Amino acid sequence: MDVLTDNFSLYAEGFLGTVRLTVYSSLLALVLGFLMASFRVAPVGSLRAIGTVWVTVLRNTPLTLLFFAVLLGLPRFGLVLPFTVFAVIALGCYTSAFICEALRSGINTVPTGQGEAARSLGMSFGQTLTSVVLPQAFRTVIPPVGSTLIALAKNSAIAGAFSVTELLGTYKTLSELGYNIIWTFVWIAVGYLIITLTISALFNVLEKRYGVAR
Amino acid sequence: MTDSTALYDIPGPRTRRRHRLYGIISTAAIAALLGWIVYLLFDTEQFTAEKWTPFEYKGIQELLLRGLGNTLKAFAYAAVLSLVLGGILACGRLSDHRPVRWVATLLVEFFRAMPVLVMIFFIFVALKVQPLPALVAGLTLYNGSVLAEVFRAGVNSVDRGQREAAYALGLRKTQVMTHVLGPQALRAMLPAIISQLVVALKDTSLGYLITYEEFLHAGKLIASNLDYDLPFIPVVMVIAPIYIGLCMLLSWFANWVARRQRRNPKTKAADIAPAEPGTLLTQGPKAPGRT
Repeated sequence: MDVLTDNFSLYAEGFLGTVRLTVYSSLLALVLGFLMASFRVAPVGSLRAIGTVWVTVLRNTPLTLLFFAVLLGLPRFGLVLPFTVFAVIALGCYTSAFICEALRSGINTVPTGQGEAARSLGMSFGQTLTSVVLPQAFRTVIPPVGSTLIALAKNSAIAGAFSVTELLGTYKTLSELGYNIIWTFVWIAVGYLIITLTISALFNVLEKRYGVAR
Repeated sequence: MTDSTALYDIPGPRTRRRHRLYGIISTAAIAALLGWIVYLLFDTEQFTAEKWTPFEYKGIQELLLRGLGNTLKAFAYAAVLSLVLGGILACGRLSDHRPVRWVATLLVEFFRAMPVLVMIFFIFVALKVQPLPALVAGLTLYNGSVLAEVFRAGVNSVDRGQREAAYALGLRKTQVMTHVLGPQALRAMLPAIISQLVVALKDTSLGYLITYEEFLHAGKLIASNLDYDLPFIPVVMVIAPIYIGLCMLLSWFANWVARRQRRNPKTKAADIAPAEPGTLLTQGPKAPGRT
């Protein structure tokens, strides 16, 4: 117990680091994922090809390899940024592939008739998109996006091993200080559980409010 | 064409022309981007002979191959063990005895909610285990519990009538599972199992972080060699395609199995989504034993 009380500030710093990583990477992943999903359903062949390549490659890349390449590789091109930013880029790009697939399958669940009906009412492309297709897609997309973001929060642990401040990395300092290593890990585990349970609860609320049972 | 989405009509001649224009513009943009990257690579002297010579040495090639072998070894152990653990946990979750079900549910939910890396580090640091067993144990715990959910979903997805008919014939629960539900479930969930194995293969790269001498570790050794002018980018350019290619091969196999199944009328009814990581709270422990 005193592992936590003695080093509360260290734990808090790590915890906030993980939260920060998760939030920023989620935003990046959502934006990139939306972009790639719109590429993947675009009527232009080459855009579809970009989206497909992006998703196929990133979904099959081990995240450690991606971290390795981004954190240690990009500085070779003279691009020097804080490690946290690199970690956000790596996590965000990796997760965007999964978000993209979730969004795309969400858009594909909207029946074709909905779009046809909207167009025959004279709606423009923008109107069809924003008031007919996306609201319906949004509902089916909530659970898969939620579980993808939970996976993102868990994957952020890898960043700790690349010397980014986050929760898992705190174990190193604590074991050097000679605290009981098992309790150290228990509190780290509790920290991760808090984060994943929060995301899960958040998406449960979202689903209750907007989701539809199909 | 994307005739399956509700977003677009079938394009007319003018729209097609416009789309072609967009296509040309975006292709040009990609080509420019790729060209810029290649220019950067040349500009930072990544293609100098000095940086690529190490790959010609036998020792280095053997080092890489040994790393790849270690990666595959860890994957093989983790795959087999997590299938076994998944089977056991799924049996627990499908059990008729409430305490067994509770314990299995607790284990499955806990290991799915923990980051794999935390488990691996815990086993490696706190329990002071060698890197390979630590990696395999961590991967097994995580993938095993995800697979348990896949198995459970598979068994539950089999048509109710099958189970009822089997019980009505007087089969016992074990017989119902092994002779009736199991084989039908296996067919439906094979793609989901294989795509979970892709996750396991990807996650073997976590061994790099606990100094297990796998593929990435071998790459790092070469990349940090001053004699060859720190050939980091060449190493990534060699390692990444092999690693990604392996995972793609396995994913492609999963897709191929899934496509074959879809054509097969016997498995038409059951459709199991690939296991999503950690959907906590969304699914309460159901009581599958009650029919």
